[in-house]
Amino acid sequence: MRLPCPICGARDVREFYYQGAAEMLRRPAEDAGEAAWDNYLHLRDNPAGDLEELWSHDAGCGAWLVVTRHTGSHDVKGAVLALEVKR
Amino acid sequence: MRVKDRGLVDRRQSVSFRFDGNTYRGHPGDTLASALLANDIRLVARSFKYHRPRGILTASSEEPNALVTIGTGPATDPNVRATVQEIYDGFEARSQNAWPSLALDVMSVNDLAAPFLGAGFYYKTFMWPRAFWEKLYEPVIRKAAGLGALAKDKDDDHYEKAYAFCDVLVIGAGPAGLMAAWTAAQAGVQVILADEDSIMGGRLNAETHEVEGQPGADWAAGIVAKLAAMDNVRLMRRTTVTGAYDGGTFGALERVSHHVATVPAGGVKETFWRIVAKRSVLAAGAIERHIAFENNDRPGIMAAGAVRAYLNRWGVAPGKAVTVFANNDDAHRTAMDMQDAGVHVAAVVDSRKDAKAFGDYKLIAGGLVNGTAGRGGLNAISIQTGAGQEKIATDCLAVSGGWNPTIHLTCHMNGRPRWNADLISFVPTPGAIPGMETAGACNGAFSTSQCFAEGIAAARTSLEALGLKAPEVALPDTENTEYVVEPIWAVPGKGRAWLDFQNDVSVKDVRQAAKENFTSVEHMKRYTTQGMATDQGKNSNVTALALLADATGRGIPETGTTTFRPPYSPVALAALGAGAQGAGFAPERKTTSHVATVDAGAPMIAAGLWYRPSYFPQDGEKNWRQSCDREVGFVRDAVGVCDVSTLGKIDIQGPDAAKLLDFVYVNMFSTLKEGRVRYGLMLREDGFVMDDGTTARLAANHYVMTTTTAAAGQVMRHLEFATQALHPEWDVRIVSVTEQWAQFAVAGPQSRALLNGLLDSPIDNDTWPFMSCGPVRVLGVAGRLFRISFSGEHAYEIAVPARYGDSLFRLLVARAKETGGGAYGMEALNVLRLEKGFITHAEIDGRVTAGDIGMERMMSQKKDFIGKTMAARPGLVEEGRAQLVGLKPIGPVKQLTAGAHIYADGAEPVRAHDQGYVTSVGFSPTLGHFIGLGFVRDGLIRKGEVLNMVDHVRGIQTRVELCEPVFFDPDGGRTRD
Repeated sequence: MRLPCPICGARDVREFYYQGAAEMLRRPAEDAGEAAWDNYLHLRDNPAGDLEELWSHDAGCGAWLVVTRHTGSHDVKGAVLALEVKR
Repeated sequence: MRVKDRGLVDRRQSVSFRFDGNTYRGHPGDTLASALLANDIRLVARSFKYHRPRGILTASSEEPNALVTIGTGPATDPNVRATVQEIYDGFEARSQNAWPSLALDVMSVNDLAAPFLGAGFYYKTFMWPRAFWEKLYEPVIRKAAGLGALAKDKDDDHYEKAYAFCDVLVIGAGPAGLMAAWTAAQAGVQVILADEDSIMGGRLNAETHEVEGQPGADWAAGIVAKLAAMDNVRLMRRTTVTGAYDGGTFGALERVSHHVATVPAGGVKETFWRIVAKRSVLAAGAIERHIAFENNDRPGIMAAGAVRAYLNRWGVAPGKAVTVFANNDDAHRTAMDMQDAGVHVAAVVDSRKDAKAFGDYKLIAGGLVNGTAGRGGLNAISIQTGAGQEKIATDCLAVSGGWNPTIHLTCHMNGRPRWNADLISFVPTPGAIPGMETAGACNGAFSTSQCFAEGIAAARTSLEALGLKAPEVALPDTENTEYVVEPIWAVPGKGRAWLDFQNDVSVKDVRQAAKENFTSVEHMKRYTTQGMATDQGKNSNVTALALLADATGRGIPETGTTTFRPPYSPVALAALGAGAQGAGFAPERKTTSHVATVDAGAPMIAAGLWYRPSYFPQDGEKNWRQSCDREVGFVRDAVGVCDVSTLGKIDIQGPDAAKLLDFVYVNMFSTLKEGRVRYGLMLREDGFVMDDGTTARLAANHYVMTTTTAAAGQVMRHLEFATQALHPEWDVRIVSVTEQWAQFAVAGPQSRALLNGLLDSPIDNDTWPFMSCGPVRVLGVAGRLFRISFSGEHAYEIAVPARYGDSLFRLLVARAKETGGGAYGMEALNVLRLEKGFITHAEIDGRVTAGDIGMERMMSQKKDFIGKTMAARPGLVEEGRAQLVGLKPIGPVKQLTAGAHIYADGAEPVRAHDQGYVTSVGFSPTLGHFIGLGFVRDGLIRKGEVLNMVDHVRGIQTRVELCEPVFFDPDGGRTRD
């Protein structure tokens, strides 16, 4: 599999570290309550389809990416920098 | 035998080779198979299970029978396909799976026992007594059945991994592949053309078709030469594309030097390629299938296309009186080509009643070969004709049951092929591999002209997908014969008719499987072993599933195929793992003091990828403990030097640097004064401890964080996440500087005196109190000094740019020795930190909270930080959690062991009574006994209790007292003085 790093271009998947669903971007406030924190840390959709997920280009530029990948076909629809998503 | 004026081998030169000890001659360009056939050697192997005599079946990589062993000792290569292996002068090969010899193989008694060894025999027999299976039955069966044997020694041959990128990858260099590559190349894109053969051209080299008025092989050589001259084209011969993977990635095995007598110095045997292609064209051709009839496996019975290939490409007639048995027009070419070459054709048996002869040969239309004769090699066949049985003397039977498109790669990403009833075979499903077009015979287009046309079309589609204008390429003028075929899978008869030659699977076995309800094609495969081993049933799978379909009353498309998985043909693990043996298994990180350390005789231990000294032995010391005790002693009494460069060092700068640190550490760093250092604890978002370390504030907006050696990468990624993904609005930049700075701990009462001999401006307790930091000059070199201590002594860490590391280390150690000190290693470092109760990842193992290690109060209430909310979860703060304690032995047994468990004194040491466990132990020479750290339920409030340490693995029981984890200098006076 290859991932299109917005900084480095398309790179082999072995250069990346996989984190999981992009849910991790939406960190709740300290006092958001148990349900919000439980959801943030533990509850994940598991679609057979497109999933937004976090990858770190560890062996490259070090950027955190939000990659849209089809979990069935590994078809990668695109990748954006996590910091762009947050801004 | 050789035939005059035929073939592409170099007749002017002759090479000598050996097979099973006998010497033969061949020509450059010969494969072992063609050279053996030229020498009239037909018996080349014994089958896997029944040890039946077998000959050469095919002329290509799908060969199931003719497997040999080449090389000796560690360089032994078993299961080499004689049809792929090229010969050279001095080449030597041996047959396999036969003893004492190929002609007289005693294990062929298995063949007589065949009625008892049918499909699934090992599931039904050898059942009792149960214990006999592993010790007796299985070893005996494994020895009796088999392919070649692997060498037991380390292989010294070199293998390599390589990477290539292109716009269009063309797989297969037959007529379709050549035209696809040619067309793509005209557009100027980067083209890779990979072909498993030693010469490109595919069937153009094996047939007598003309192209543009030239012999097909000459035309192919011409276009290959033109492609070779183009800068944007890379030709990869002897390269099998073995797998198709996600994102346009392909695996390919290049057999670099199997065909040469001596691998040049530094040369490699095989290279495993990863090829990344924007688009690909599969032009893999087709594989001829056999027909099942009684004793259809004798040496001399071959694929019809292979017989022509041996004649037209290698100038070899595999027999003196050739017969053909087929269900299609194409196989008649074998008879015509043989006659043209002056070889006698005894008959063509065509199963179709309306078959017509294309030349002057005896045709038996509607005939079926239903028996063969000749031990060790074919000498006659019997034919069932409309008029009865007929017997014909023949030493070569060319068989064709039709052609199966080579669709394997299109199925590697879970694609399922489609059944084409006209062709009676599976064809690729379009789009099965994203970005891949299929062309030519692998797509079911069997005439040369169709192959050319599909090759051009596939390249044009690929170019258009790349956004390029496809060039106009003329279709070369050549034959365009229609492929006419009628199904015939198995000839009715009583005897054994073979399907999978490599696994000795017969028609009866497939029917037996169906009868026993193994009706799914995947179950049938596993029950009968049809389609397993090195050839994966390339010749026989479709026939087997057609018979399964018949036996189960279903159609072939409903029966389906088994799953094709990579690799297409066998790949040695040595090639896949190239470079990853021995020292290449993992990268090695070495500190700047590595050479000096190894020179001092220190044994090195791995710490992640780093190598660090275990201890520094001295003359007269008999074991590591003596060295360790001495090193601990001189750190406590004088001064020791230790390389601590392996700890992660992260430079953090920017107006929001303090904000970041407050966010990732549980404690405050925004309040840290410039020129000061603070210990910090870091949690994961789930509330458990991730890592610890010290962070120094060098300037208002400039910090340097240290991490543990083990977690350096994880922490760096964590900080990147915090800055990029959680707070991109913060103005802060982070960079790892672990390798830029060489850093040494200088620890002990004499540490300041030692440093003052090297620093340009001497220091004292007022200017450099405990936990201070700042820039210094070390013999004129700009460095940094941190007054921190992991040993509990008055200590410093001094950092200089890495290029000065070796020099500074040698200097520090030399100066330390002058005052009775020296370098110390990991063993002493561990004991020193244990005496002070400092934790490492042995303690913070991912299951531990700040509260568990007595650092609950470090967690600031004034700010949010990663892990704060979840650290307050009931489960993480409730009573009964295992908490950090010190352990000391108090009974007659004095030994503590890491990994041991702790039980109430007097309680039976079983899981139900478990109270905790030991994480780190060491012998403290300072205190004169073992000390340990561990986690015991509610341990923080149980100091003074006596419990029982039990190491079930080593059989040790020690009474221990729970104590404060700090064993030595509990008020820290030594650190501050």
